[in-house]
Amino acid sequence: MSSIGTGYDLSNSVFSPDGRNFQVEYAMKAVENGGTSIGIKCKDGIVLACEKIINSKLLVPGKNKRIQTIDNHIGVVYSGLLPDGRHFVNRGRDEAQSFKSIYKNSIPVPYLMDRLGIYVQNYTCYNSVRPFGIVSIVGGIDENGPHLYMIEPSGSYWGYSGAATGKGRQTAKSELEKLDFENLTVAEAVKIAGKIINQAHEDNKDKDYELEISWCSYDTKGKHEFIPDDLLQEVLKLSQEDDDEDDEMES
Amino acid sequence: MVTVRSESNLKNATMNHDPFAWGRPDDNVYGKYNQSIAQAKNNELDAFPKMHTQQPIITGTSVLGIKYKNGIIMAADNIGSYGSLLRFSNIERIIKVGSETVVGVSGDISDFQQLERILEELVISEENYDNQGENNLRAPHVHEYLTRVLYNRRNKMNPLWNSIIVGGFDNDKTPFLKYIDLLGVTYGSSTLATGFGSYLAIPLLRKLIPDDKDYSNIEEEDAKKVIQECMRVLFYRDARSGEKFTLVTVNDEGVKFEKDVEVTGQSWEFAKNLVGYGSKQL
Repeated sequence: MSSIGTGYDLSNSVFSPDGRNFQVEYAMKAVENGGTSIGIKCKDGIVLACEKIINSKLLVPGKNKRIQTIDNHIGVVYSGLLPDGRHFVNRGRDEAQSFKSIYKNSIPVPYLMDRLGIYVQNYTCYNSVRPFGIVSIVGGIDENGPHLYMIEPSGSYWGYSGAATGKGRQTAKSELEKLDFENLTVAEAVKIAGKIINQAHEDNKDKDYELEISWCSYDTKGKHEFIPDDLLQEVLKLSQEDDDEDDEMES
Repeated sequence: MVTVRSESNLKNATMNHDPFAWGRPDDNVYGKYNQSIAQAKNNELDAFPKMHTQQPIITGTSVLGIKYKNGIIMAADNIGSYGSLLRFSNIERIIKVGSETVVGVSGDISDFQQLERILEELVISEENYDNQGENNLRAPHVHEYLTRVLYNRRNKMNPLWNSIIVGGFDNDKTPFLKYIDLLGVTYGSSTLATGFGSYLAIPLLRKLIPDDKDYSNIEEEDAKKVIQECMRVLFYRDARSGEKFTLVTVNDEGVKFEKDVEVTGQSWEFAKNLVGYGSKQL
């Protein structure tokens, strides 16, 4: 690690003399070991995907989902400490419901991000709490079209065309940078997402993973939902074809 | 002043009959009631008299429901009445709740709109959050939830002024049709109607399905026909009804909404024989 806190890292809300908040940086470290998550913004919607590492053969396949729904039209995926993610999602749901009970309309994605940003930032301000150990990718469709955001333990959030976090983020980011987001559709992005997750998994090959992909597009009537099972199987097959080719080249 | 309790005091002790302090001892027994204890008085709310719903304002008339062998059919017209004035003609009173249930509401339209929001919240939390496929919200769940909401509001003396029919499928995939009203009263049957329909339509519906379990022999065509006949009779005789209605079919193919269906085959021949309602001057 490049620096050691030397006493400035024991409490939240304390700056080091060179202006850093170590607890927040350590939270980022927790995220960097989590399974890879990515988000892609297309012209007709958004796609979220993640690599769910299988820690035990006893876990039921297809359960314990890591992509969740905040409101009908908003989905979220996160890397890092899963319980922190669950809490973050619960807060998002409360905010979306509270917005709806006041305005009788669904919350626009940027408004939700405003509120979640404030919430996450609050956890960096008090010594009685610790920052969120997650980076979340939040995406959805509202009346202004598709939105994709990524929010960090510091509470800062940015809008992205393609976002990646977790262990394989470097590989994933360089793959995402090749995409033409202006003309991409969710149908294409789903397949690309499967490939990117597979590539990002390369460095972690000793462990098996399960692929999760969800989308929210005009085709799903603005609803955030998991892609159908047959499509997921197709995507899985496509992404593993690459593996086979690689293996052949190596041998 | 707190007076010491004595025998004579107790003998004279009377109940306070002021409606806002009913059942409490008179002030001369223990002194004046101290409202500040445990925040017994909510000044903000008590400053203005609180109104509960005492009558519906904009209303929708009958909803009809019938089971048949593959599912259920439901119908309701699109009128919103303000007293006897047919104020609105575009009110959609049958809503889809979740993916395989419909709810038809008669009575107060604003309360119906409130119910719509309550049900939307239910759908989001039960069907959309972390639902891994097999846990869909079904008609019996929606029905039970609505009975709790309506009964709870009636116990607050502030009812949601509606009669509701819930239609869809039971957990064992058999057709489901049940009724709930503003008192929290609930019952189920193969043929259901609310409001005026419970007088005019039920006999016609029961002609098709005399015994409750016989719905399993009924074809969709026949059920639809009798519903349309009922809507016609209701249009003849219910002055709060409209000519256009929505017909909803729920079967194993899903939920199908037919909007702006018109009452067909009208014949007002009988009208000339009506006497004594002020319309005909003799």
